[in-house]
Amino acid sequence: MSYLSRSPWLLHYDASSCNGCDIEVLACLSPLYDVERFGIINTGNPKHADVLVITGGINEQNRQVVRNIYDQMPDPKVVVAVGICACTGGVFRECYNVVGGIDCIIPVDVYVPGCAARPESIIDGIVRALDILEAKKERMGKPGGTGPAGSPAGGAQ
Amino acid sequence: MMHIENALLFLVLAPVIGGLVAGIDRKITARMQGRVGPPLLQPFYDVGKLFQKEQILVAPSQNFYITAYLVFIVVSGALFFAGGDLLLVIFAFTLAHIFLVLGAYSSYSPYSFIGAERELIQIIAYEPMIILSAVGMHLVTRSFYVADIMAAKVPLISYLPGVFIGFLMVLTIKLRKSPFDLSTSHHAHQEIVKGVTTEFSGPMLGRVEIAHWYENVFLLGFIYLFFAWNPLVAILVLAIVYFIEIVIDNTFSRVTWQLTLKSAWIIAGLMGLANLGILYYLSGVVPV
Repeated sequence: MSYLSRSPWLLHYDASSCNGCDIEVLACLSPLYDVERFGIINTGNPKHADVLVITGGINEQNRQVVRNIYDQMPDPKVVVAVGICACTGGVFRECYNVVGGIDCIIPVDVYVPGCAARPESIIDGIVRALDILEAKKERMGKPGGTGPAGSPAGGAQ
Repeated sequence: MMHIENALLFLVLAPVIGGLVAGIDRKITARMQGRVGPPLLQPFYDVGKLFQKEQILVAPSQNFYITAYLVFIVVSGALFFAGGDLLLVIFAFTLAHIFLVLGAYSSYSPYSFIGAERELIQIIAYEPMIILSAVGMHLVTRSFYVADIMAAKVPLISYLPGVFIGFLMVLTIKLRKSPFDLSTSHHAHQEIVKGVTTEFSGPMLGRVEIAHWYENVFLLGFIYLFFAWNPLVAILVLAIVYFIEIVIDNTFSRVTWQLTLKSAWIIAGLMGLANLGILYYLSGVVPV
């Protein structure tokens, strides 16, 4: 195990969430769950972050923002979509301004379902993301490895 | 009289001690907030991770400035522990921070700019008090050399209580603790994104962290000088002082830069200058 999975710094972005999942993400930082036990820190700076946690779906207003945040994070990096809206668009999927889940803009590594996602499942999702982070680190710099993310899966830029 | 071996010890041991102190700090902070907290070695994991990350250079000169920051912090600390000239140590220390500010200014990020401006304000706030401390030590021991100050038979603290209190005040600024963590904070909580370190990522941020460890050990060494006549008392005072800093960090919210500057200068004036004035006045009466 390298240092990566011992010190994952999170960046939490609220795309177009109803705020339910955001409250649950913040609950993970509270004394009850205390994710700093695992070295997890909630940072506000994409350039310091390893894990991008996104709640809520993509809409026309924030698609550039999400893309921009993702591009500013140094490799290796993982994306965790928290809540059903972030996974698929959820109940807002049919709205005129909603594009869909996070994976139509940037590649998502872990999907955490739920409405709202429970803190336990969010922590579980992030811990699973750490294994992917390690695997990405292994592949970094090798041919076919994860460089800067290529074209996103099935989404318009 | 220079002690090169002490300087070499500082080079090797300071990052270890600095990292451990940071780990203990985070643990105690977590306990104060009713949390379990990260492992003791968490700061080492953090820096280890930062060196595994990709390096993104926003501006090519960033790399030079941050390396210079680390080098000059190490040089000032090594000079200090070698028993060198305290004034030279302070100048090298200030120069190091100027490099940090230049590094922040080298990218075109508004967050980084505000961080750099606030870092400059912090330097303006703490610099007079650090110089006054050196002057005070000279008044008592008649020497600017750390080796001579260390060898003083009299307890410096009994001559310089005001200067010591003033130094504790600027120590909070230097440790990047609340209420004076304006330019960047050693905690995760943010002010203007991450202030002066906003545009540093990966290995570059790792170097900033290591420089901060060196810096903290140097500052603790400076406090040690006030109690150098008795090493046991000195170590005890260091522990108490650091604990008080953690309590202050967890009790106070961040203040504005105006209040930081004002309070740092007022304390420096009231405590430091008054202390030096009285000492100067009495120096004819009391043999020092």
